[in-house]
Amino acid sequence: MTGAPPIVEMKDISISFPGVKALDAVDFRLFPGEVHTLMGENGAGKSTIIKALTGVYKIDEGEILVAGEQRRFGGTADAQAAGIATVYQEVNLCANLSIGENVMLGHEVRGPLGINWKATHRAAAEVLSMLGLEHLDLRRPLGTLSLAVQQLVAISRAMVTKPKVLILDEPTSSLDATEVAHLFTIMRRLRDQGVAILFVTHFLDQVYLISDRVTVLRNGALVGEYPIRELDRTTLISKMIGKDFATLRSLGSERQSHHYEPRGEPLLRAEDLGRKGSSEPTDVELHRGEVLGLAGLLGSGRTELARLLYGADRPDSGTIWLRGKKTDIHSPTAALNQHIAFSSENRRDEGIIRDLTVRENLVLAVQAKRGWFRPLSRKEQDTLVRKYLTELNVRPADPERPMKYLSGGNQQKVLLGRWLATEPDLLILDEPTRGIDVGAKAEIQAAVAALAAKGVAVVFISSELEEVVRLSDRIIVMKDHRKLAELENGPHVTAETIVAVIADEGDDEEGEPE
Amino acid sequence: MTVTTRPPTGSAPGPAPSRPTLADRLGARLTALPTVAALLIFVGMIIYGEASYGRIVQFNTLSNLLVNNSHLIILAVGLTFVILTGGIDLSVGAVIAFSSVAGVMLANAGWPPALAVLMMVLIGSVLGLVSGVLIQYFGVQPFIATLATMFLARGLASMLSTVPERLEDDSAIRDLAAQLKIVDGDKVNDLVITPGVIAAVVIVIAAVVVLHRTRFGRTVYAIGGSEQSATLMGLPVSATKLGIYVVSGTLAGVAAVVYTSRLGSAQNITGIGWELDAIAAVVIGGTLLTGGSGFVLGSVVGALVLGLMNVLITRDGGIRPEMTTIITGGILLVFVILQRVIAARRRSETG
Amino acid sequence: MTDLASRLAARRGTIVRNQAFWGVVAIVLLLAINVVSDPSYLSIGYNDETGRLSGNLIDILRAAAPILMIAVGMCLVVATGGIDLSVGSIMVVAGAVSMELLHGMDGTAGDAALTLAIALGIATALGAVNGILVSVVGLQPFISTLVMMLAGRGIAKVITGGQNTTADNDSFAWLANGYVLGLPVVFLLAIAIVVLVALLVRRSALGLMLEAIGMDSRASRLAGVNRRGLQLTVYSVSGLLAGIAGVFATASVMTVDVSRTGYLLELDAILAVVIGGTSLAGGKFSIGGAVIGGLLIATLDKTVVFLGIPASATPAFKAVVIVVLSLLQSERVRSLFRHRRALRAQSQKEAVAA
Repeated sequence: MTGAPPIVEMKDISISFPGVKALDAVDFRLFPGEVHTLMGENGAGKSTIIKALTGVYKIDEGEILVAGEQRRFGGTADAQAAGIATVYQEVNLCANLSIGENVMLGHEVRGPLGINWKATHRAAAEVLSMLGLEHLDLRRPLGTLSLAVQQLVAISRAMVTKPKVLILDEPTSSLDATEVAHLFTIMRRLRDQGVAILFVTHFLDQVYLISDRVTVLRNGALVGEYPIRELDRTTLISKMIGKDFATLRSLGSERQSHHYEPRGEPLLRAEDLGRKGSSEPTDVELHRGEVLGLAGLLGSGRTELARLLYGADRPDSGTIWLRGKKTDIHSPTAALNQHIAFSSENRRDEGIIRDLTVRENLVLAVQAKRGWFRPLSRKEQDTLVRKYLTELNVRPADPERPMKYLSGGNQQKVLLGRWLATEPDLLILDEPTRGIDVGAKAEIQAAVAALAAKGVAVVFISSELEEVVRLSDRIIVMKDHRKLAELENGPHVTAETIVAVIADEGDDEEGEPE
Repeated sequence: MTVTTRPPTGSAPGPAPSRPTLADRLGARLTALPTVAALLIFVGMIIYGEASYGRIVQFNTLSNLLVNNSHLIILAVGLTFVILTGGIDLSVGAVIAFSSVAGVMLANAGWPPALAVLMMVLIGSVLGLVSGVLIQYFGVQPFIATLATMFLARGLASMLSTVPERLEDDSAIRDLAAQLKIVDGDKVNDLVITPGVIAAVVIVIAAVVVLHRTRFGRTVYAIGGSEQSATLMGLPVSATKLGIYVVSGTLAGVAAVVYTSRLGSAQNITGIGWELDAIAAVVIGGTLLTGGSGFVLGSVVGALVLGLMNVLITRDGGIRPEMTTIITGGILLVFVILQRVIAARRRSETG
Repeated sequence: MTDLASRLAARRGTIVRNQAFWGVVAIVLLLAINVVSDPSYLSIGYNDETGRLSGNLIDILRAAAPILMIAVGMCLVVATGGIDLSVGSIMVVAGAVSMELLHGMDGTAGDAALTLAIALGIATALGAVNGILVSVVGLQPFISTLVMMLAGRGIAKVITGGQNTTADNDSFAWLANGYVLGLPVVFLLAIAIVVLVALLVRRSALGLMLEAIGMDSRASRLAGVNRRGLQLTVYSVSGLLAGIAGVFATASVMTVDVSRTGYLLELDAILAVVIGGTSLAGGKFSIGGAVIGGLLIATLDKTVVFLGIPASATPAFKAVVIVVLSLLQSERVRSLFRHRRALRAQSQKEAVAA
């Protein structure tokens, strides 16, 4: 791995956006035959450095050398032609086209009569089988696949051009453990063939599993480049957030004991709540001051159940009793009026409104609840905004900044503030910590614990089982759109317990707990 | 510290095998369903017309349907390209006006007919290019950019002339509407085609090939699916978007030739509202206005549905002409609601 | 001093970036052209007997009134990410209804009021149909209102039997031709509507809600914003305002011309909104901008006629205005200007250094 000259070398790269210095004189090197991980909190500049390399962003200063030659790419296509293929964080494929076509778009095999579809599909099948996707029907529309499989298709697409450099920007955020393991096998194979892989992830475990080297960024500046063997987890985290580990621990939100005893009438009781095709009839009970975890794999029906409780989707069976009274929650408006709030897992499309300011985003739900004819005065708005920006430690604490200029973690905090401002009795949080950095994650967990202590009932959904176990009083385990089990939390319950529950149920598959 | 433990789903390598189910196969076909529905309704209208009024399923009615609507078919093909990318072109009707007035005046001024025809087509291409440049290089929204082109073309046509410009009786351009008998039926019941119809057929075939067998065509669909994705996938989005407006303008120029040769005259108010007819034809034919899904052949059927509707209304005699636009609106509404229902079903099936 | 200069420069930047500013510039330019061709163009006459003001400016205001009314409604629709192509057709329906009703009546003020109420009620109902198609059925605004645009003119023709119906009613005619305080009633009413709607939208949270829907309809629904209700409201309001504009357009000549009344006026309204700096993609909107846009279009129409250019050529001048304003807004052209300014600044600096 060493000895060979770097295939990509970026020197003194600086990029400014209005009001922000996104990258400040950052150096970065990538060698053939290595997996090099970019680490950093959200907003540290990981995505920016990738977009600078591929030419999606124009760099203000600095130079980029590819295979020793100075280059400035004009965009993805340009970079691709030079052997740099990129798979972005969000799946960037066309859902309206077939799987095979998505793999081959722009690289179709052409004959005298235009595109030769047979040969094109053959080539697509070849690439897909490299990633173990040979079972896919090439002619099916891509939109019919789960996000995880779409992500794998996107990676297949990147392989079509046989790139020398492969950039994977958080490819694992929607994959489950098997899929991740599989992806890593492929990454190792490619690395051994001499491909340079630039990898971005938020999962520390994965960094240690796959990387040869890491580069750590913080606030758009380079912290350093390290071989992974020389860097233990604690040091890595403190380098990422710029605090030592003790400070980090004190931010921790672990609810050491789960001694909550449900007493009296539940705040919410749902019986046979379900919706055809998305959620089997399920019973749910929730008490004030309780954190109810919903655990299960992606697509197990956690989100669907949460949406039914909020009225985001209309249930077609079941009854909900709220504070002892039978209640019809048919729309988000109705739910908000009943003091229920819901933060969607899809922050980008169903959470923030990018072009509105932080202030407007924060007051939106309260204002919607009051109705448009009873506007919040500027003073009331300022009070709310100041309160939640301080309480949730939003940075920068500038209420007039458009939401799109905030990092993911801070956007999530503003959203949390939006829901808290409606003074909910029941708060449903769907993946509130996904794709955000360690520091913000700890702060959000702390906020959840504090809410429960104040008597708010919280439904907490996360793919990170340890997080669910740490925060919840009770855990509903879901699979295939139905409730598998309900666990009282306690010292005996761990992430492995939940894994076992899910695996035991899978009679038809050989469960293989780690 | 946060550590992720993602439970394994099983020992199978990769995601669980998913064999295409019946629903999936149906899902794949559902994009074609609105087009099939348009075809069914077209056939239904023919049967209804034949049963109620007679003399529909015969050579001269059907060939007249083609001859009288070939310009609309050509326009609809052009708009299909634009709408597939999620854009819109409001200028085509006005482009026809400017192109045909200019063409007739040039021909009458003694230009060789071939050159005049070429100019008519080129006028369309240039105006399409103007729209495309405004949209692609200056970030103007397609609605506004093509509105500007529409105003520009209409205004220029009016500056040239505000009275009907007649093509000279012996002009060779008129030959483009010469009726060629294919089948000589009894009395007037002949199957005839015109060079205009041939042009329309050739254009339709070319469009199908371009859309389904070239990278340009596939990029059109990809842009309609997601322009951002298409860009990040490294497809030539700018050139393609520019290209489709040139295609649409050029085809409007061709339609101007076809229409003018048949009518023998041109006027600055020719083609008012034709862009809406063409859009309606495209939508009825099953192309989604949001882009990414639809077929050229559907748009052809859509244009014929509109043409046949006019024939039936004329034949009925009892329907007042005022009702025409209400019926057009009604048909359009039925089709978009049908598409809406299909889209909803597809969403619920794929989750 | 340099501080003041830089503040002024920054200030100039925001003004210049404001599209409505260029609308005002265009209006002033057009008026200047008219003054050049006739120095007395701007003079306003006062008739002692009738107490009316008269002059070209008054004509422009009168011509702008219907555009302003429908542009305000259009502005709200566009803010939610929609579009209303049917306003011209709704105008002609309202006109046809009022002329048909008045035709068979005696001509009293009561008749006029009743007619007005029915015509506006029908216009609002047609707008509500648009709203239902968009918000409940979930059709695209372009298609829903295209259907209404096609059907509306047909409905008007059916109502009048294809005739251009004429009627007599002095009170009704006064609405369009009357004067209060020397100004045309139409214009005063248009201004009243603009002010009322602007106050309603900006003083309440309606503006924020509409913008939220226009920017991200899914997110705003989950935030509890009543998307359906608000969409239904804006399309109904747009229908109502189109109805008012239609009544005025027919009352001024007391004839409804089923094929010309309100014809293509939806395009003028959309243009007015866009000239005012509201994006057709939805989101941030400016009613004041739409007013400037409406005034610009009316000024342009009048100027073309005043200069003796055939009215049918007006569209070409509108095209020029759209293109110029679009280019001024475009990032590409702006960066070109910035680049040139930077170059100039640099050369000055170099000159100083040398």
